[in-house]
Amino acid sequence: MYAQMIKSEATQDDPEKLAAFQARIDAGDTIEPKDWMPEGYRKTLIRQIGQHAHSEIVGQLPEGNWITRAPTLERKTILLAKVQDEAGHGLYLYCAAETLGVSRDELTEMLLDGRMKYSSIFNYPTLTWADMGAVGWLVDGAAIMNQVPLQRTSYGPYARAMVRICKEESFHQRQGFDIMMKMANGTAAQRRMAQDALNRFWYPSLMMFGPSDQDSVHSAQSMKWRIKMNSNDELRQKFVDQTAPQAAFLGLTVPDPDLCWNEEKGGYDFSQPDWDEFFDVLRGNGPCNTERLAEQNRAWDEGKWVREGLMAHAAKKNAQPIAAE
Amino acid sequence: MTKSRTEWPLWEIFIRGQHGMSHRHVGSLHAQDADAAVRNARDVYTRRNEGVSIWVVPSASITASDPDAKGALYEPSHSKVYRHPTFFDIPDDVGHM
Repeated sequence: MYAQMIKSEATQDDPEKLAAFQARIDAGDTIEPKDWMPEGYRKTLIRQIGQHAHSEIVGQLPEGNWITRAPTLERKTILLAKVQDEAGHGLYLYCAAETLGVSRDELTEMLLDGRMKYSSIFNYPTLTWADMGAVGWLVDGAAIMNQVPLQRTSYGPYARAMVRICKEESFHQRQGFDIMMKMANGTAAQRRMAQDALNRFWYPSLMMFGPSDQDSVHSAQSMKWRIKMNSNDELRQKFVDQTAPQAAFLGLTVPDPDLCWNEEKGGYDFSQPDWDEFFDVLRGNGPCNTERLAEQNRAWDEGKWVREGLMAHAAKKNAQPIAAE
Repeated sequence: MTKSRTEWPLWEIFIRGQHGMSHRHVGSLHAQDADAAVRNARDVYTRRNEGVSIWVVPSASITASDPDAKGALYEPSHSKVYRHPTFFDIPDDVGHM
């Protein structure tokens, strides 16, 4: 997902307070910034929301890559709007994380020096225009699977950010599928591009949900706190069940010879992605890790004089009326 | 990495929608001053006709009630059920009131 492999933090708080806190969660209460919360809950959420925010921000890069080369002016304006949305989603989430007592600059610096991660999916390149279709359809489609239930998460600011994001995310997936339809019903060359995009993005999209978490202690704690709503396997299954018929509608082939409907479980059987590749990408060895991080660092460094200049100007303006009195 | 000393302050954003409702808190953002906060709020919070008016307030200026004082603050109104119109039984024969 946009937040992968989030380890929940151990909590060493007063057992009585912990029990009261858990009772609030179990009763469906929303936890708000000024409420008492276990340190572990706070730290796990900062990591999870922060990673989610970073993914939205870094996720602008693979799509930004195609803004200048979109095939029509209409596609270009749509893609611009989508990338602008991603920036907005990042900002909603950073604000939610900041209510937990971490500053925006701290979060940014942790992304830039590699202490915090972003989703593995954005370390794959976008090689053709069809990739814009595949990203919207598959990557945003996978993100929605996770974000819709998170609208009911226990932390108020996070849940509210998710409500805004989900409203906008549906546009993203539809515009992606629209591109895929155009390509799949186009010339032979366009169909080849569409199939190639599906081939390259299928398994990385399945990886977004993270490895099977049935034995994970961290997942159990996060689920108890209602900051993780479904298991990784559950969401991955849901994604495949939804997406496989859509691929068939497009006349494209999912690159998995073992994909087949299982009547008994009422879902598809499918192959697992290469988890060694997933861990390798997380370690920084994906096709684009270096490029993505370098680009984020460049933007931050080159924007420094603007951030500081505007701040200095604001301070000067504020000082003037006092001097005149 | 050196820590930036010039982090833009945080602003709380309130938007009034088109249907005559009050301004409503929608979130927060960073900006160097109030004018920039309004411009940023327009980009971040009104991309889909969500509003016709924006208020920005420095987050540091907000004083919030203490969540632990919920009892003391709100308990007294619990027992005053007569403040709601449904407390009074009006015979049907009286008609709409």
